[in-house]
Amino acid sequence: MLRIECPCCGPRDHDEFRYGGDASVERPAHDDPDPGAWYRYVYVRKNPVGPHREFWQHVMGCRQWLVVERDTRTHAIASVSFARISPT
Amino acid sequence: MNLQPKRIPVGGRIDRSRPVEFAFDGKKLHGFHGDTLASALLANDVALVGRSFKYHRPRGIFSAGPEEPNALVTLGTGGRREPNLPATTLELADGMAAESQNRWPSLAFDIQSVNGVFSPFLSAGFYYKTFMGPTRRAWMFYEHFIRKAAGLGRVGTDPDPDQYEVRHAFCDVAVIGGGPAGLSAARAAAMAGARVHLIEQDFLLGGQLLSERTDGGAASWLATIEAELRGFQNVTMKPRTTAFGIYDGGVLGLVEQQGDADPDRAGAPRQVTMLRARSIVFAAGAIERPLVFPDNDRSGIMLASAARAYLNRFAVLPGKRVVVATTNDSAWRAAFDLAVAGAEVTVADLRPAPAPFLLAEAARLGVSVRTGARIACIRGAHRVNAVTLAGPKTQADIACDLVCVSGGWSPTVHLTSHLGVRPIYRDDIDGFVPGALPAGQFVAGSIAGQYATAKAVEAGHRAGVDAATFSGRSGPTRAPAKFDLRDMTSKPFRDHLPACGKAFVDFQMDVTSSDIALAHREGYESVEHLKRYTTLGMGTDQGKTSNFSALAAMAALRDATIPDTGTTTFRPPYTPVAIGALAGRAVGHHFKLFRRTPMHDWHQANGAEMLGVGLWMRPWFYRNSGRDVNEAYVAEMRMVREAAGLMDISTLGKIDVQGPDAAIFLDRVYANGFAKTPVGRARYGVMLRDDGIVFDDGTTTRLSEYRFFMTTSTAKAADVLSRLEFLLDTTWPELRVAVTSVSDEWAAMSIAGDKSRDVLSAALPGIEVSNEALPHMGLLESAWQGKSLRILRLSYSGERAYEVYVGASAGERLWTHLLSAGEPFGLKPYGVEALGALRVEKGHVAGPEIDGRTTLDDLGLGRMAGKRTGFVGDVLRRRPAFQAADRQRLVGLECVEEGKRLRGGAILFKLGEAVQGHGHGRITSVTYSPTLGKYVGLGLFAGDLAIEGTEVLAAYPMKKEQVRARIVSPVFLDPEGKRLHG
Repeated sequence: MLRIECPCCGPRDHDEFRYGGDASVERPAHDDPDPGAWYRYVYVRKNPVGPHREFWQHVMGCRQWLVVERDTRTHAIASVSFARISPT
Repeated sequence: MNLQPKRIPVGGRIDRSRPVEFAFDGKKLHGFHGDTLASALLANDVALVGRSFKYHRPRGIFSAGPEEPNALVTLGTGGRREPNLPATTLELADGMAAESQNRWPSLAFDIQSVNGVFSPFLSAGFYYKTFMGPTRRAWMFYEHFIRKAAGLGRVGTDPDPDQYEVRHAFCDVAVIGGGPAGLSAARAAAMAGARVHLIEQDFLLGGQLLSERTDGGAASWLATIEAELRGFQNVTMKPRTTAFGIYDGGVLGLVEQQGDADPDRAGAPRQVTMLRARSIVFAAGAIERPLVFPDNDRSGIMLASAARAYLNRFAVLPGKRVVVATTNDSAWRAAFDLAVAGAEVTVADLRPAPAPFLLAEAARLGVSVRTGARIACIRGAHRVNAVTLAGPKTQADIACDLVCVSGGWSPTVHLTSHLGVRPIYRDDIDGFVPGALPAGQFVAGSIAGQYATAKAVEAGHRAGVDAATFSGRSGPTRAPAKFDLRDMTSKPFRDHLPACGKAFVDFQMDVTSSDIALAHREGYESVEHLKRYTTLGMGTDQGKTSNFSALAAMAALRDATIPDTGTTTFRPPYTPVAIGALAGRAVGHHFKLFRRTPMHDWHQANGAEMLGVGLWMRPWFYRNSGRDVNEAYVAEMRMVREAAGLMDISTLGKIDVQGPDAAIFLDRVYANGFAKTPVGRARYGVMLRDDGIVFDDGTTTRLSEYRFFMTTSTAKAADVLSRLEFLLDTTWPELRVAVTSVSDEWAAMSIAGDKSRDVLSAALPGIEVSNEALPHMGLLESAWQGKSLRILRLSYSGERAYEVYVGASAGERLWTHLLSAGEPFGLKPYGVEALGALRVEKGHVAGPEIDGRTTLDDLGLGRMAGKRTGFVGDVLRRRPAFQAADRQRLVGLECVEEGKRLRGGAILFKLGEAVQGHGHGRITSVTYSPTLGKYVGLGLFAGDLAIEGTEVLAAYPMKKEQVRARIVSPVFLDPEGKRLHG
């Protein structure tokens, strides 16, 4: 059981969360017409051994999307932050 | 009458003032409070307790703890019947009735012990070879007999009448093991201010200290520290509790046993706790290793530490004439204690020159000693009555009634390895200790090879302080009391394996040294292969006593070192845990949650046959409509087409979308545009995934300039909301939009059919629902009985239809109100089977077509997107592979053979083509159409072959059916949409 320290709700079991995949890939702009960019965003993954940034949503709590830095070897979680970056 | 022939009159941790009556295989026996079933059996001189797994060999009590491989019994009656319980961990309960296992007709006379005669055929790899070789056919014949003969206890077949609990708990420091190291660690962590859980499998705290005499320093030290721990408010003591697994995030799985309260449930778990600990101290101790020699499984042979526990803790003298066979110092303590208790003791130490202090003490106590000697031969059919000792100088037969063995100790590293940390071999103790543990996990005592008690206490204290500090508690601590206990530990001397005879390595799985040699000869040299080939360590004891002997044996055969040979992987659970205990209350009705609509009770009370759709319960059909579903759905369809029907659609996902940028947001998430939707109008929308595949469809209505009401399919409601939140949180934070689920706030019902407007007018007289006031795709907002009301003119069935939304608490009232107002018009409720059939007739796609593989173009919806760009999935939906000519596209199909039917899932072939492989498509949805008088369906069929009017063959191999169908337009009914616009 992973314990994820939600910045809003505190440490919770991972079954309160929904996994959202790799957070290190960059999503193209909504009107980016380049198929290559979308192909890379949807399909190309590094699958790293070690630290990995990934999206989790606290669906049974605050419903915020989070970026969790998890070591794929040990499941140790180094950091958790809100995915939302408020526009300045 | 309380005759216990082997009980000593004084000493021990039993309460002689509380006698306990119990039965073993129907025979009434007596013990005391504080006994285990094993100690009480030994006190009653019951030596033969069970028969072995494969060979039905007579077995007795081998250990005094959870490592017990032999003395497995069955407890409980009816649904409480629980097999394979180690007698050594069962707290004796008044009225307990234990049964021995795997014997027939009786324990003493077992017909199947002839399996021993056939044993050459039952060697390692037996099953494998039988299945794979030319003997496969013979296996079919013999399987029944072999399956019956091999095995342990039988489980009960009645449902378990008990309810179990799963708890969730939290602490700063979890200490696993209540021996000297664990007690000391718990005390230190508690002093430092940590919330401590002390977990001990036994019903008493103390670990190996419980095997010391009750009148010595160990006992008083134990009493002091126990009292100290009880004085802490922040310590939770959990006796009878086993940590069966450790999981990520410092989560421990604990299972607590019932104890002695109810004899019928004595073997049952009480509750499972998932404990989340900030830090963990492993002080699980060590398990003594047996010796491997011919017939080493005979009843009357036990671990030296067990003999000492029975003597000092349970006041049972397990033998009067004892041979102690050992390779190390620790077993000498048992020899000395047994001698003091009056037994005649011979020590056979394999080492040529044991330490002088041992020899001196032996001489003082009258213990005879044979050095360099091992057991060559065991005598006695059901229990040992003599041994032959062989050494370089000696060969001697010694009559005895107990043989104590010790091959050294193996640290109980199991739990520390569950997260993948490989144990490491330490030559100085000839054993494996935990590897480098992650931060926040600490070890102390025998588990770390610190066998000397004083060292274990010291290490425990340190680990307790460290664990508390890690958890953020670092108050001042004081070192625990010291006490004088003479420890005798030494590196064991490794013996070679005997070449002949049945020398058991794994007692529970009946794996012998020759099985290991056979595995080696046949190339199964890796320990993981060895394990699977011989079944070594696969019993309920998980090879707690056998693992090391087997590794050592394989290492010797390969001429390799132990670290090169490695260990097998340790996995949870450490001890067996009943599935019922893990399930807790999540059984039967509570196995998974299910969701009810506001009209649920009405459906049930009015003859609805309910169907689970995801988590929802929905009316499938109403029994008033027909005798079975096939009759009912056709009748309900006819009702909708000819009059009107009412359908509960509260399960639809409903999302409130608000904000100045709401229209821009919807324009990006839907393939079709929403920005131009006027206020008060609804629009059908389709969402794609990023990869260009259709994600979900639904209608979204513009309530005001900045506010939309979105509906999703029932199945995708949660996914759609989560996706919208994802896009707003991670991708488009600049969009000023908020999304909120309002699925549970609204009850929703659809009223469909030619008479639907008449029904609405009659039911809601104050509300104008004329075609002008409420045209197709129009919205009307109002109130009903003080609750918000929304009427949307939308159609799924192709008929004139309205979706009526009302505050959830008024759902059932409005439902019954509509039904009674609609009665003169023939309005009745209909279920999801009819709903699905109506939409097939109309050619609407749903879940079977939107299956995560189809694109807009596949579904014939490409024109919805038109020339738009900039929406989710737009770019990848245009990829060349999706444009291939033979890509399967939506088609309509009608059955052309009289008296036959189409089936969903049928594979479509060209006429005359060989019926094999995947064909060119498949049927996705089917219904009987009462309007057309035949079976029609939707399907996906290769675009280059899908010419309307062409006949194809629909094959359904499961039922060996083949039927001809014609490809037609998917819209079977009213293609101009006159009915829904009128």
